[in-house]
Amino acid sequence: METPAFAGVTTGAGVTKWLAGLVLALLALVASPACALTFPAFTGLVVDQANIIPADRKAALTQKLEAFQQKTHRQLVVATVSSLEGDDIADYGYQLGRAWGVGLKDANNGAILLIAPNERKMRVEVGYGLEGVLTDAYSSVVVNSKLRPAFRAGDMPGGIDAGTDAIIEVLSLPDDQARAKQDAAVAAWDKQHKSSNQGVPGALIFWLIVIAWVVIAGFIRSARGGRRYGGSNWPIWLWAIDSVLDSRSGGGGWSSGGGSSDSGGGGGWGGGGFTGGGGGSFGGGGASGSW
Amino acid sequence: MMLRRRLALSAPFAALLLAGCGVNTIPTAEENAKAKWADVQNQYQRRADLIPNLVATVKGYAAHEQSTLTAVVDARAKATQVTVSADDISDPDKMKKFQDAQNQLSGALGRLLAVNEAYPQLQADQNFLALQSQLEGTENRIAVARSDYNSAVQAYNTRIRTFPDSITAKVVYGAKPITPFTATAPNAEAAPTVKF
Repeated sequence: METPAFAGVTTGAGVTKWLAGLVLALLALVASPACALTFPAFTGLVVDQANIIPADRKAALTQKLEAFQQKTHRQLVVATVSSLEGDDIADYGYQLGRAWGVGLKDANNGAILLIAPNERKMRVEVGYGLEGVLTDAYSSVVVNSKLRPAFRAGDMPGGIDAGTDAIIEVLSLPDDQARAKQDAAVAAWDKQHKSSNQGVPGALIFWLIVIAWVVIAGFIRSARGGRRYGGSNWPIWLWAIDSVLDSRSGGGGWSSGGGSSDSGGGGGWGGGGFTGGGGGSFGGGGASGSW
Repeated sequence: MMLRRRLALSAPFAALLLAGCGVNTIPTAEENAKAKWADVQNQYQRRADLIPNLVATVKGYAAHEQSTLTAVVDARAKATQVTVSADDISDPDKMKKFQDAQNQLSGALGRLLAVNEAYPQLQADQNFLALQSQLEGTENRIAVARSDYNSAVQAYNTRIRTFPDSITAKVVYGAKPITPFTATAPNAEAAPTVKF
């Protein structure tokens, strides 16, 4: 048995072990995005973790926000959090927006009205795509003239209502350029969420062909009386899995927001009901304040 | 004969090996870092664009703060001259120059905004308030763009320095690590001192 072929088997086993480690490491990378903050679950267009909005007003507010999304295809979320975990509200806000994926991927047409009553901080967080409409200056006006006076008077739900109305007002204005980009994103989202079959990735087909070829070649070889290599196909499998994982996770950049399921169901992005996030991203636009 | 067949069999292995070693992923990571760098520069440019308006508005109320205003104008002029193209982001010297210039502008702006607090009329000016909120928003965007850039750089640098991609990085691309943003200049976080 002391043949060169046997030596090949031993190194093959070593590589197998090593590759298994690599695959595990890759999986760990995919599974745990580096974020130190914990966010409340994105359960609806009003997420009242701090529990400052009475149930009836919350229902009315949710309805208003859903109607807004249905009409303009933009997504506005009201969020109250019980703690900023020691972070600056501006830093917390954009990370929350990205984690939830508020707004649509590519159009980035989401905004969050974020309130942290325990820290007495508030912020209007604006997605990339809305920065031209919901400007920092306007956000600052909303914070200072709508939210702050009501919050100072202790009327939390009233302030939130007034602030939401002011944001909806400016976001309902027509804006052709942003709208065209947004329409494309809506179509993409609807398409993606209608068909359960998302298409076979090209990389997968490629690797299947390669694997099939190698396996067949191996069979022919052993049929001709060559030595059988115990388990020597393992490295190929692991490599193939690794490559497919790589090609899937590498390209997208920021897409995890789409992970929230569309529990509203049925009508697509503009069909009313809660859709979850569409993978929109945030870049620090908006304004904050305290009371 | 045996050798040739073995060579033929090893062809797909070689292809797999190359793909597994970052022939594609290294340039992808590099382009990502470059794109993020462009965002950083855009946001700094945006800040520079706001400054002339801000200076003009402040001048109307606080004309005798001449030295503070001049400092801002000078720092802006210097900062707009120092740009780093996406091909130079692996050059630590150029990156340091860029950061120094921008930090100097941050310091001068901080002093200007601190001086403003002594002028109630200016604080009530709608135009000034709008400019101030835009400036704040821009500083936020700079912070976000910098942190995004740094994570892209970290991903790239880790990739080219860990096995097996490190081999491809060295042999195929001769890749050099990209310079991340360091923490802002010492004292940048501290409140600026106001001189009268």
